[in-house]
This record gives sequence, C-alpha cells and structure tokens, in this order.
Amino acid sequence: MSTAVATPPPPAGAPLTKKILTADHPTWCPGCGDFAVLASFYRVLEKLQYPHEKIVTFAGIGCSSRFPYFVNTHGGHFIHGRALPFAAGISLGGDDLHVFVFGGDGDGFSIGGNHLTHTARKNVRITYVIMDNSVYGLTKKQTSPTSPIGFKSKTDPWGALDQPINPMRTLLNSGATFVARSHATQVNHMTEMMLRAARHDGFSVVEILSECVEFFEGAFDAAVPRKGGNWVLIDEKKNDGSAEDAARHDVTDEVAAFQLAGLGWPGKFGVFYENKTRRTKNAIEAELIAKTREKTKGATDLALLQATFAKLR
Amino acid sequence: MVSPNTPESPGGASASAAPRSIKDVVIRLAGNSQDGIQAIGGFLARLAGRSDQDVMTYMTIPSTISGGPSIFQVRMGTGDILSAGDRADLLVAFYQHSYDAHIGSLRPGGVLLYDADHVKPAEGDHRFTNVACPITTGTIEAVGGTAKDKGKNIYVLGLIARIFDLEVPKLTQLIRERFGGKNEDIVRNALLAFDAGYAWPQNNLRDLFYRFEAIDRATAVSGKTQVTLDGNSAIAYGFLAAGVRHGAGYPITPWSSIMEILRTELPKYGGVFVQCEDEIASISTALGFSYTGNVAITGSAGPGLSLKMEALSWATMAEMPIVVVNVQRGGPSTGMPTNVEQSDLMQAIYGSHGDTPRVVLAPKNVEDCFYLAIEAVRIARAYSTPVLLLTDQALSSRIEAFDEPDLKALMVAPGPDRTERPADFKPYPLDRQTRHAPAGTRIASGKYPVVTGLEHDEFGHPTGSPKLHSQMNAKRREKIKALAATLPPPELGGDASGEALIVTWGSNYGPAREALERIRAAGVAAGHLHIRHVHPLPPGLEEILGRYRKVIVAELNDEGVYGFGQFTTLLRARYALPSIVSICKTDGLTFKVSELVAGVARHLGNATLESLVSQARPSPLAAR
Repeated sequence: MSTAVATPPPPAGAPLTKKILTADHPTWCPGCGDFAVLASFYRVLEKLQYPHEKIVTFAGIGCSSRFPYFVNTHGGHFIHGRALPFAAGISLGGDDLHVFVFGGDGDGFSIGGNHLTHTARKNVRITYVIMDNSVYGLTKKQTSPTSPIGFKSKTDPWGALDQPINPMRTLLNSGATFVARSHATQVNHMTEMMLRAARHDGFSVVEILSECVEFFEGAFDAAVPRKGGNWVLIDEKKNDGSAEDAARHDVTDEVAAFQLAGLGWPGKFGVFYENKTRRTKNAIEAELIAKTREKTKGATDLALLQATFAKLR
Repeated sequence: MVSPNTPESPGGASASAAPRSIKDVVIRLAGNSQDGIQAIGGFLARLAGRSDQDVMTYMTIPSTISGGPSIFQVRMGTGDILSAGDRADLLVAFYQHSYDAHIGSLRPGGVLLYDADHVKPAEGDHRFTNVACPITTGTIEAVGGTAKDKGKNIYVLGLIARIFDLEVPKLTQLIRERFGGKNEDIVRNALLAFDAGYAWPQNNLRDLFYRFEAIDRATAVSGKTQVTLDGNSAIAYGFLAAGVRHGAGYPITPWSSIMEILRTELPKYGGVFVQCEDEIASISTALGFSYTGNVAITGSAGPGLSLKMEALSWATMAEMPIVVVNVQRGGPSTGMPTNVEQSDLMQAIYGSHGDTPRVVLAPKNVEDCFYLAIEAVRIARAYSTPVLLLTDQALSSRIEAFDEPDLKALMVAPGPDRTERPADFKPYPLDRQTRHAPAGTRIASGKYPVVTGLEHDEFGHPTGSPKLHSQMNAKRREKIKALAATLPPPELGGDASGEALIVTWGSNYGPAREALERIRAAGVAAGHLHIRHVHPLPPGLEEILGRYRKVIVAELNDEGVYGFGQFTTLLRARYALPSIVSICKTDGLTFKVSELVAGVARHLGNATLESLVSQARPSPLAAR
C-alpha cells in the first residue's frame, strides 16, 4: 500500500491534476457512492489549484473516513467523531491552510454531534463533507442516526424505532454559515456544492447522500430519476427583479432554509443557507492578537515574559 | 517602630521588650473564604520573596462557590523552607467555627490570636498564649464609612507585621500595588486598616514580639532576585518560555487557572488558546495545533484526563507531540475536587488502550513546575511524543518564592519548521526518530504524508502486516527507552547507604527532605531519593535502591488491594526488590513531616524513632 512509487515528482508550480492527487486505491466496496465523492473532490481541487502543500484532508472513523488515504495531500485519520476539533486546531494553527474534513453520518451526527455544533457556532474556517449513507457500514449494518424509522439493521432487526436526525435542520441550528445538500449520483452538482463550500469564508458543510450498496441498497433512490425518483434542485433567488424571483429561495434566509429542510423525503438539493456576514473565528482571533500587540507596542516575547516576572518580584 | 502611613499613629514609647529571635514561624489564618484570607497569605508570600525569608504557603479553598470556611497557612523564615509546616505557631481565628476547627492544629506554647468580637475560647485552656483582639470593631473604627468590616484581612496583616517586625515600607508598597489603579479610596482604606492593625499590639501586647534571624549571607545559596507565584502560574509561564503558543482546554478544578492565564497571555505572543466544548475536543484541537508544527498543550484534572485517553492513545500511535497537564485531585470520580492526591499515576502512564509508551514528569515544588513545563515541551518536540505533566492540587495553589529564572537563556523560539523536506521523506521511518512535516510543508517527492491512528507503514498508510505492527510497536517503545538513557540521575539526599531510603515523587519532596533530617538527627542512617522523571525512570536506580535495608515510598494514594501505592507497585515490578514498601494516605492533605517520620519508624521497627514523633515540640513563640 506504500505510496513510494518511482515516478518523478511534478515540477514545482505544476498544475494539480487528478493524477498527482491520487494516492492509495480506495478500500470501498464496488458500487459504493463514496467513489463518486472522491472523483468530485479531485475535480474540485483541480479547479481550485491551491498550492499542493497547503491542502489538508482529514477524517474521523468510518468507511467514508478512509478518504485521506486516497488523496495525495497533507492529511490524516483521527479518532471517531473528533475530526472537527482536530481540524479546528489545524485551521487556527495554520491560517494559510485549506482544511477539508470528510466523514459519515455516525461521525458527524452521533458520536461527534457536540463537536459539529461547537465548531459551527465558532465558524472556524473548515469545509466539512458528510457522506451520509444512513447506516453504520464499517461495522456491518447497525442503525445510524439518519436511518429512517423501519430500517431493518442488526441492532433493530424489527426495523429502526427512533426518530432520525434531520441533517439540514441540525446543521442550520448549529450555526454553520454554509449548508448544502447533494447526492453521490450527481457528480456535477456535488462538484459545484463542494466548490462553493470551499470558497466560503467560514464553516461550510455539504451533506452528500452516498449509498451503501452492501448494507442499505436503494436508500436514496427516491432522488434518482433513472430509478423512478425525483431529483429536485433548490431554485436560488437571483435578485434580478423578475416576478418569478420572488418565489425563489433566498439562501440568506434562515427561516426559509429551515422550512425547506422540512420538506418530505427526498426533499430538495442545493444550497440551503449561506451567511457571508458572520466573521470566522480565524479572523476574530487574528484581530484579538493584533489589538493586544498594539497595546504591548510590539514587545518581543522575551521582553513580555520578563515584564510578567518583574511583577512577581 | 511607628507606621509611616498615618501621622497620627501612636508613636514613641514602646511597652514591649526587645523582639525575640526566631528561625521560622507557621501562621494559620482561619476564617471564611470571602474574608480575603488568601490575600493576607499573598501579601506575606510576596513580602517574603522581596526579603531574605523563604516562604511556602498552604491553602485550602472550600469547593463551594462562595462563602464557607477557608484557611491559609504560611510558613516563613530564614533560609530554605521545604514544607508548609505540620502545625501552626500562630493561629488567627476570625470566627468561633474557625477556632473550633483549628485550635487542634496549634502547637503547645503557640499563640492564639482571635477576634474578640466573634470568638470565645475554651475557658481554662492554658496550653497557648491567648490574645483577644477586636479585629472587627478595630477595622470598622479605622476605616469608617460604609465599608463595614471589609478590610479585616488588611487589619490582621498589620497585626502580623507588628508582631514579627516585618518590613512596613515593603508591605505598604505591596498594598499600593495590589489596590492601586482601582480607586484611591480603596488604597486609603486599606492603609488605614493596616495602620490600625499595626498600632494595636503596641499598647496591648507585652512581649509577643519577634524578629527573624538575619540570613547568613556568606552561606546563602543565592543572592538573586526572588519571584513569588503559585504552581499553576509557574506551569503557564514555563510553557510561554518553552515557545508554546497554542493550547486548548475545558474548565475543571484545579486546572482552570492554567488555561485562564494562557488564554489571557497568548494573544500578546501571537498565539491562540481555545476554550473547547469538552475535554475530548480540547485534546483534539491541541493535537491539531501540533500537527501544524505548533507544539500545543492541554490539561485537566483526573476526570478530564480519563476523557482524553482515547486521543492520547492516538498521539502515541501517530507520534504527535503534545503536553498534557494533569492537576491531580482526590478521586475516584468527582471525589474531593479541592484536595490533593497522587492517585492518577497509573492513569497517566497506562490509562489508554493498547500499548502506549509515553512520558510522565512530576514537579517537586513551584519552581520545578516552571522548569519541568519547559522540559516537558522539549521532550515532546525531541521525541515526537505525548508528555504528561503530573502536578497536584497542593502545588497548583501553593505560593513559593524562588530565584527569578534566567529567561534570556531559557526562551525557546516558537513556530513550525516548514522547510521543504527531501524526496526520501517518510513520516514513520523504522530506522530513525519520527520528525513530522507540518501541514504547509512542501515535500520534494510530491508525495504527501498521512498521520494516522491505524497501524501504518513508514509512509503512514494502513497495514495489517503482523511484522510491521511489531516493528512499529518497538519503534514507539525504543524512543522512550532512548529518552530514559539520557535522563540525569535523580536527587539523592542524606546517607548514601543505610537503614532506610525514603522515595518520593511530586509535591512530597519538601516534607520528605525535612523528615530525612529528623530521622538522621535521631541516629538512623537514611537517604531520600526524589524522582521527577516518573516514567520512564532514569537509569541507575537499581543500584541506589539496593544500598538500603528498606526502600520506603511515600505517596498520597491508597495502598490498594495488594498493600502498595501506585508508584511503589511500579518500582516493585521494575526492580523486583522485596525491600520496597509504601507509606500511603488519602486524607486529602499533604504529608506532615511527623507522618513520614512515623511511617519510616514503623517500617524499620524503630521504637526510639517512633517515640520521637509523639514528643510534642513546643512552638518557638512559647513564652519564656
């Protein structure tokens, strides 16, 4: 599985291509929706053309969280549910880095639910992609926080009993400043959503319905036209003054987004909410540092600590 | 002597005899937590730091939020002070409950100074010199106005200053520094209360006047400037000196003050401290910082450390440097949050799942908190490993004076090393020490590394190879052994061989050193070995331990199912010496010197030594 292949390194400044960005061969099952998410992510990075070394791909635990091994960037594989606070450390520790976190519904809405809320409310500059398959796949079919009522799993052989999480409502409530929804069968749409999320200055989340063909086949067929489903996009307001624009969705309207998130299954896809006015924690902390340093008139670290000790004499 | 602060202070003729010379004194102040008792202790500590006296304080804070009984014990004197003192020479009792709870801590011949407005001492108790002082009315008369009895603490400070002939200009300067900048009225009221307290003994006490022996400057260890601070502050400032600019934490007693200081200080240094939603997020965020090449810290007390264990295991596997402070308190569970205990040692060393070699350091006093914080960061960086700094509640709030550190020599430059890595870079080489390339670093090969909690190959990619798992486990173990080989021999005091070797770790250093002197004075050949690098252990211990008939490990934890404390158990497992035994206790308080002497006597079967303990030693304040 080593990546030590004998190909010559790309020249410095060469454009990032899928070939350069490809690492280990994915361990996912054939037919898994996550392959398409990975393919879209390569396209996103090709379009963004960030400096290679400034891209960081991180994940927690789960099938989808294997992601960083398949992308040739700085990255890592942390513990279950805690990738977001780790990523907050990366983002605040290296403000020039582009931090992407990948995970599943268990990571995001169950064991890591508390971290989702707090990373979102702090608006740390991170792009978070939740690959939701509505089942625990790595552990072979247990009920997940997004499994619909009635879903038969090894932990609910009679069908899931508990009310599932509504991901969009949970994300809107958390205070995330960019919330979008996509589907792994729609590569162009996924790419567009991830691109917009990456370009958003703040905590951005894209939930992607990504089918587990082993343990929850057909989970998201209701949104797949070739399987008889309805693929309905959110009609975003264009602010063009036209009569039909009044009926379109205003992505800055939290209440409208919340209502949109309450539509019956399979609901709509696209950007639910976008808030460009709230400042990031990255910016707020940087300003705190700047203001504090103004007061200390640029004193050196040594002078600062010496002054502290002088007061303790 | 006349107070310089108010011209109308009574002056001139003194009724008192010449002050008597004493070496050191233990003062216990007992009142309620809102009385500002800690402030008196703080002033005395700071004064001692600016004088020739050494000082060590002992403080208890009730775990209730406000109100309730509180005490502060300060021992001050000439030369080195190693412990806060077993019993008090002067007890200042603010209330009846203070008197009732603490009169038993006063040494025979000691002085009971009580607020005559609130306390009625037992009649016919002639063990002590009783001094009735109207502390409350004296304060109210001095300050006047609407302040009521606020300022009682400063009044008492005045009393103590007069009784022990303390340096008034330095004290009033400290009062100005403390209250200045707020409101001139507050400074004025404080000085009025101080002067009133200072004036009272003049006409009311006959011979209770003392003066500390002059320090022998020729033999004085240091003539350096002293600084006075508590253990938690010393750790926070140690991190700043070590170049730590990033951290994350969640509030828990008694760790919180470290994160408060760092949150306040770090922006000045261009750093960030994040208050997280929980303990797990705190260590995760800190590890994220470390991953960017900014070695970060987090911390907690026992319950929080338990929550951090999974991520700590990741740090071992991923070989990510991090420093985790654990300010130990009484456990298990919420236990005794404002009392001291050393019961997290096993958790610190072995608390995680899997084989997780890591480093545990334990400071011996407040000064050591500063230096071991620097050492912890150095080791974390050099060995790319998690390091735990295991301190305790007693050290966290204890104030000591020590030589001002030479910051110029100690300061470490912060910042990640983002220089481009050569084409053969591997995050986990089997033949070399791991040196991560922080995110943001170019890798010449164009192949970027993965840091991971899965067992991995040299490039960080997952492996199920049994051979690689064994090799990587060995790599993680061997680097800790390599560190052990570089550790300095621990400090050995007293006799190089003999009947007994007292072994301590953490804050038991001071009382054990005092106990050693008493044991040797009784004719027993004994030594004291103090270990700061608790895990891995420094080399050469086996030879030292073998030179004594009994190796007696004193630690503040339970003797457990097999009769040995946690460190004792480790030493027995490591050195397989039946001579290793324990002195354990879990009363939430630091060791008294007498408890250690008694424990050693018991293990040696030395009745003479044991009887020595029961002999009450009169207070140096006793009337002649």
